[in-house]
Amino acid sequence: MTDTSSGASVPPFVPPTAFAVPGRIAVSEQAAAHWQQALITRIHRETRAATTFRLKVPEWQGHLPGQHLMLRLTAADGYVAQRHYSLASAPDDSGEIELTVDHVPGGEVSGHLHTVAREGDTVEVRGPLSGFFAWPGDRPALLLGAGSGVVPLMSMIRHHRRAGLTVPLRLLVSARTREDLIYADEYGAETDVILTRSEGRLRAGHLAPLLGDGRPDGGWEAYICGSNGFAEHASRLLVDGGQPVDRIRIERFG
Amino acid sequence: MTSPSPAPTRGFTGRARAADRDPRLPPGQYDARDTWPVLSAEVTPDLAAADWTFRVGGLVARPRTWTWDEAHALPASEYRGDIHCVTSWSKFGVRFGGVSLDAFLAGAGGPLPAAKHVVAYSHTGYTANLPLADVTGGRAWIAWEYDGAPLPPEHGGPARLVVPHLYFWKSAKWIAGLELLDHDEPGFWEKNGYHHRGDPWREERYAGD
Repeated sequence: MTDTSSGASVPPFVPPTAFAVPGRIAVSEQAAAHWQQALITRIHRETRAATTFRLKVPEWQGHLPGQHLMLRLTAADGYVAQRHYSLASAPDDSGEIELTVDHVPGGEVSGHLHTVAREGDTVEVRGPLSGFFAWPGDRPALLLGAGSGVVPLMSMIRHHRRAGLTVPLRLLVSARTREDLIYADEYGAETDVILTRSEGRLRAGHLAPLLGDGRPDGGWEAYICGSNGFAEHASRLLVDGGQPVDRIRIERFG
Repeated sequence: MTSPSPAPTRGFTGRARAADRDPRLPPGQYDARDTWPVLSAEVTPDLAAADWTFRVGGLVARPRTWTWDEAHALPASEYRGDIHCVTSWSKFGVRFGGVSLDAFLAGAGGPLPAAKHVVAYSHTGYTANLPLADVTGGRAWIAWEYDGAPLPPEHGGPARLVVPHLYFWKSAKWIAGLELLDHDEPGFWEKNGYHHRGDPWREERYAGD
């Protein structure tokens, strides 16, 4: 038996959080709680499957790169469908935000957005949500994304550029082919592109130059976003490469 | 503008009509059918069953830790029913095998009268807060089987908490223990803007709902 003691005098046993510390980004409870009307001001096709929607949200209170929102569609009879989408745009003062949405086969919400929605329509949004995956630009960041998982990471890159940050930022993005690569024209020296159909998947060799001696002072905050399969694979490579498990944040697109 | 009641979206009819909506589906949810999305924020831990332990501490008569074998010696219990994730998918007719949390609480001598809240914590450091009343009376399990097979690591194996009547972020994966408290202590997602209780039928998704 492993009984250790008796009575309520035992000190609290909840161990310290052993992965990326939550709550370092405050989330506005008020912003998260309210649905707002969002006007679609621009629809821009990125790839065969991904489209960017620019939304004017008059009462948007701003966001941090990496955060997401919930988008809601309502039928005439009151039926609603809602999904989470990552914010693609950098925080700015335009009063508009951007989402890049993958057209999921059979997807109820993404299907509507891709095939029915047009500029001038309104949808409803609430957010921004969750401070966990957010990156305010304060620490060196190593970003690993696959497919539409690059969307919140692009928000970080755009923020880095827009704010003129000098803190180290690196992105490894993978896509099946060049045609599937979202934001293909926007990557710069901070990014390595891996085309999996021709080159195979992300490997330890891709990460080696960035880990070990390649680490910036203070080490990386790692942000992984993509399918669960990609997240499992990429997080394992990072851990094997010496990245501390408590400095890896993962957003899995279920 | 804040919108108290949803405004119709031009051209949206919905795949599932409200009239023939499955009554098992809480508001705002869709049926994930055969898929079971994985939504953990951390690296899946490499946790062998032999190294797994489960602790019940805090305001109980006899704080206690169980090993894998000790936990399996408790009476088997099963949950058959539905689960609901705050990201808006629901999954019908799942089957989790394990032990009722009531058996663990009894093994720890039962909650002390002052105990009103619980922090569930994982071997990864993940935490979730729950009212004690939500994990007693046959409403919560420690589960190590899914559909008759060992629970996969990415779904919380070797063992996870299952509290099916609340959004599934409360059902902490890689469960390491419960701490019974006389006060509420927000957990990981609750500190990140999510609702403190998380009842899917009341759509308690985010703080302020």
